[in-house]
Parts: sequence; C-alpha cells; structure tokens
Amino acid sequence: MNDMLAIEALRITIAGRNVLRDVSLAVPQGHVHGLVGESGAGKTMVARAVLGILPAAARVISGHIAFDGAEITHMSERERRALLGRGIALIPQDPMTALNPAFRIEHQIVDVLRHHFGLGRTAARAQALELMHQVHIRAPERVLRQFPHELSGGMRQRVLIAIAFACRPKLIIADEPSTALDVTVQRQVLRLIKHLQARENTAVLFVTHNLGVVAKICDTMTVLHAGRVVEEGSVEACFERPAHAYTRALMAATPRYDQPAAALAPVPEALSRDLADEATAWDARHGAA
Amino acid sequence: MIGRQVALRLLLAFPTLFGVALIVFILLRVVPGDPIAMMAGVTATPEEIERLRGLYGLDRPLLEQFWAYLGQLVQGDFGVSITRRLPVTELIFERLPATIELSLFAMALAVGLGIALAVAATYWRGRAAERMTDGFSAFGLAVPDFLWGLIFILILGVLIPVLPISGRVDPSLSFSSATGLYLIESFFRGQFDVFVSTLSRIVLPALSLALPLAAIIARVLKSSLAEVMQQDYILLARVKGFGRFRIVMRDALRNALVPTVALTAVQFTFLVGGTVLVERIFSFPGLGNMAIEAVVNRDLPLIQGVVITFALIFIALNMLIDLTYGLLNPRLRHG
Ligand SMILES: Nc1ncnc2c1ncn2[C@@H]1O[C@H](COP(=O)(O)OP(=O)(O)OP(=O)(O)O)[C@@H](O)[C@H]1O
Ligand SMILES: [Mg+2]
Repeated sequence: MNDMLAIEALRITIAGRNVLRDVSLAVPQGHVHGLVGESGAGKTMVARAVLGILPAAARVISGHIAFDGAEITHMSERERRALLGRGIALIPQDPMTALNPAFRIEHQIVDVLRHHFGLGRTAARAQALELMHQVHIRAPERVLRQFPHELSGGMRQRVLIAIAFACRPKLIIADEPSTALDVTVQRQVLRLIKHLQARENTAVLFVTHNLGVVAKICDTMTVLHAGRVVEEGSVEACFERPAHAYTRALMAATPRYDQPAAALAPVPEALSRDLADEATAWDARHGAA
Repeated sequence: MIGRQVALRLLLAFPTLFGVALIVFILLRVVPGDPIAMMAGVTATPEEIERLRGLYGLDRPLLEQFWAYLGQLVQGDFGVSITRRLPVTELIFERLPATIELSLFAMALAVGLGIALAVAATYWRGRAAERMTDGFSAFGLAVPDFLWGLIFILILGVLIPVLPISGRVDPSLSFSSATGLYLIESFFRGQFDVFVSTLSRIVLPALSLALPLAAIIARVLKSSLAEVMQQDYILLARVKGFGRFRIVMRDALRNALVPTVALTAVQFTFLVGGTVLVERIFSFPGLGNMAIEAVVNRDLPLIQGVVITFALIFIALNMLIDLTYGLLNPRLRHG
C-alpha cells in the first residue's frame, strides 16, 4: 500500500522525559487518519515531529518518519523548507491566532503561492481568489482586502484551510482544526476539509479529542495514550471491536459528534492507573533517556 | 476621532506655551548677570548703560516687561537680540534648518541601527551575535550623547583624523541654500562636493545623538520581536516553508514595530534636546549652539526665543506621535 506518511517506532523525549514511546502509524494516500487521545497524550508532538518544528528541548531518540516513501526524520533545514507548505501543509488549531494580524488576507494566501511556485503578482492573486471560492467564502474580493481581526472565527478557519490547500500538498496535518469554533461552524469546517480532501485526493492526519469526529470523517485511526499507541486500525474495526480497554472506555464516554468537543470524558480510575503503570514499565525497559 | 485629538492637543498647547514663557522670563531675571553691562563692555559709562537699558525696556517694572513680552510673542515677535542686534526670529530661522537636519539624520541612523541590531539578535538567537548586540545596547545606553561626541572627536578627529569635526560644510565651498537643509538640497541640486562635505560633518554629531536611542530601540524591539516569534502565526509561517530571515524581517518585524514606534517617538524628543550640547561640542551651527552662546552672553530675548522654539517643536512632535501611532496600528485604524 502506498503510504503518504509512515511513522515507525518514533521515540521523542523532552528534557529526559519520554513524550512519544515508539509511536508507529501510517496514513495511506488519499485517506483521512484520525489521531485520538486525551490532553497531553502527545498528539501535537507527533504532528510537530512530522513538520520538523519540535520544541527546542525535544530530541528524536529513535525511529523514522517517511513522507511519500522518503525519509524525512533528520532532514536539513533547507530541504525541509522546500517540503513544507508545498508537500506537507498544516491546518492549525486556533484560527484566532494563526493569521498574521499585520497583513491583509490576500497577502497571507499569496505569499505561500509565490514562495513555492514563483508566481507573479497577478497570477497569484487570481489563484487566491479561486481558493477563496473553493472554501465557500462569499464576497471573496472584499475578504481578501481585509485584515484578520475583521473576520469571524469561522471565516478565518476557512482562510487557513485555503492556505493549507493552496499548493495542493500531498499530506495535510490538521491539529484539532475545529475545537476553537462553535458547533455549527465546526461542522461546516469539517465538511469543507473532507470535501476538499476527497476532491484533491490528499492524505490527512487528523488530530482530535473527539471520537465522534473520527467516526464521521476518518478512514483509519490511532489511539494514543501517554505517548503510546494503544489502538489502531480501520475506523469500523476500532469502533466495532475495540482491542484495548482504554478505547472502550473512551467510546463509552464519547460526546456525540454534534456536541462541543471538550476534553474526552475521564476514564475509570483503575484503568488510568493501569495505563500509567504500563508507561512506567515501558520507561523502565527503555531507560528514561 | 483623530481630528478631535488634534484639536484638543492644539488647545492644550496654549497653556503649555504660556507656562514655558513665564518660567523662562522669571528664571532669566532671577539668575545673576547683567546683560547690558556685558554688552556695553568695561569702558561704558553708567549713563550709556542706562540708555541701553531703556532701549531694551529692561528699566521698566517686571510685570510690564512680561506683558510687553507676551504681546510680542502672540504676534510671533521674539524681539531683538542684544548681542547680534538682529531680530530673534530671523536668527532662529537661520539656524533651525541645521538642527532639524541633524535631528532627522540622527533619528534615521538610530532607527536603522536599532532595527538592524534587534533583527540580528533575533535571527542569531542564542549565539555570539546576540550577546554582542546585548552588550552594545547596554554600552550605548550607559554612555550619554555628549560623551559619545567627545569620544568621536578624540578618536576620529584627533587620533586618526579621518573626519572633519566642526561646522556644517567646508567654508571654501560656496553654497547658497534656499531651504537651509544642506544635505537634501545639495543632493537634489547635484552639488555633490557640498553633499559629501555636509555628510562628512553631520555623521559624527548625528551618530553621537543616535547611539543611545539606537540602543533603546534595539533593546525594546528585540524583546518585542521575541514575543512575536512565539506567536502561532510565526509557526504557520515556518510551516509555509519560509526561511528564518524572511520570517523575522517580513512576518514578525511589522508586528513588533508597533509598540516600538511609540517609544521611539517619545525618545526622539530627548534626542532633539540632546542637540544643544552635541552641536556645541561639534561647533555645529544649529539652534542649540546658538542657545548656549545666548546664555553665555546673557542675551535675554534670544534665550527666550530659542526656548519657546524648542517648546513649539516638542508640542508639534507629540502631536505627530499620536497621529503616527494611530496610522500604524491597523486595529486602531479600522476598529
Ligand atoms: N514545549 C514543550 N516543552 C515541554 N514539554 C512539552 C512541550 N510541549 C508539550 N510538552 C509535553 O509533551 C507531552 C505531549 O504534549 P502534546 O502537546 O503533544 O499533547 P496533546 O496530545 O497535543 O495534548 P492536547 O490535546 O492538550 O493538545 C505533554 O506531557 C506535554 O506536557
Ligand atoms: Mg495538542
């Protein structure tokens, strides 16, 4: 199978603490892969490792990340710059802070197009306008001239989706792209991502707290707990025959898809103790770096 | 909204100016030293001194002198200089362009240098270059402008005499200026010998004035940049594939500049104040230099005129600061 993203036994520490404990996952071409887990599980760390923007204190101890068949774990800064934005793009979590307040929307879409394709001003502008149509923004000419603070959260998220799809990347990482929005807007945004993904045949690594969202838009999924993979497989398989007690507990507690996706509901205490013990045992086997 | 702000400022300018006029008037009559005696010289007879005193109105009661003086001020008349025997307004307009040119040039240097240092420190964060700019900022702040002036004169004027250290332009060059702004005018009139001569004489006094301000700008802009570099939109810029230099210069700098502009503008008024000593040190024929001569000679009308002029400059600058701040911040502009 042609995997657009393949992570193999990735281990990352921050200040000597294990935050990813041999994480493996694969996102096949054109598929949406859900990465689920409670807060602090390490979902964002996986995303940042793929993008090569780990915090300064983080160390990749072992493991591999491959994009479109090529190893990118320890890529040079220069090679990565050519990849980011063009091959791999990000839909960030918080639309309120992810746009640059000092520049008009047009500038923020056009700059990535010009950077990677060397487009002229007019061509880039036409392309930006086309993208605005594709993310269903009404009155795109006016929005292009506006500053971020003049737009609603939902509008900004649409702009960010337009930016992510601008260079037609093969892989998009979406880090909880809807949690900051209210429920109706959330649903529209998810539908939009799914729609564009299907049309462009983009692979998506979709990070979320919300199993309902996973059920709705993902093909395959990975459940992460304390930096360890506790469940993986196709979405149907995981939902019908969850292998791990943790997944079962999450599903029992999962808010419905159209409810606000706050943190996952707490799992039984005995179970979280067991999981914590497992993580400690893992650290004991592998050394705390 | 901005219109009302300006109107309010203008209204407030009157009491400010009145206060300045009053303080200067009182101070000059309280401090010891008789200007007329100094002007007349040691050979003058008491009668001659009395006659001159009457001529300049200095024999009348203080309150009357003050009213006469205020009445003149309102008409834009600062009286006649005691030592130069020319209208003070004329003398001021002769010197004002030199000080304006020096201040603006110094300001441009300070802004350019300050931004360059802050950008370099941000780009090379955690490396030797960052510590060097920090060291420079500390040093630049610790040494006041007039001391920089003396240091430059000693090093570049005396030890290794590469730059002229006095005047505004080589006296052997003939240049009759229409605006008094030698640097700009000579450039646009294509008289490059005058331009180079003016430039070589303005660089050191301007640099003396600029260094402390550059240090402040560098320090504030650096911390402002550090904060901006933590923002989500900078992370997104990295994920777009932009290089670090571009991110600092294009995506971060404009956001970081907003808080720096207000501070720079306020500091600019201090820089203008600093011209008084620095012009003196470099024998730069500006307003400040003339102010010191006037004080030395106890030339009361001239001192009053120069001080009021400086007060007017400061009021105008403060008004400009408010306006630029409103224009720079898109949130204030549209909100
Ligand atoms: N910059 C950082 N410095 C130190 N530790 C960090 C940093 N960022 C994250 N961590 C730690 O790494 C672990 C994984 O964090 P991560 O942000 O990946 O979790 P997450 O699954 O994305 O959680 P959330 O759902 O809250 O976003 C956590 O224990 C967190 O405390
Ligand atoms: Mg996260």
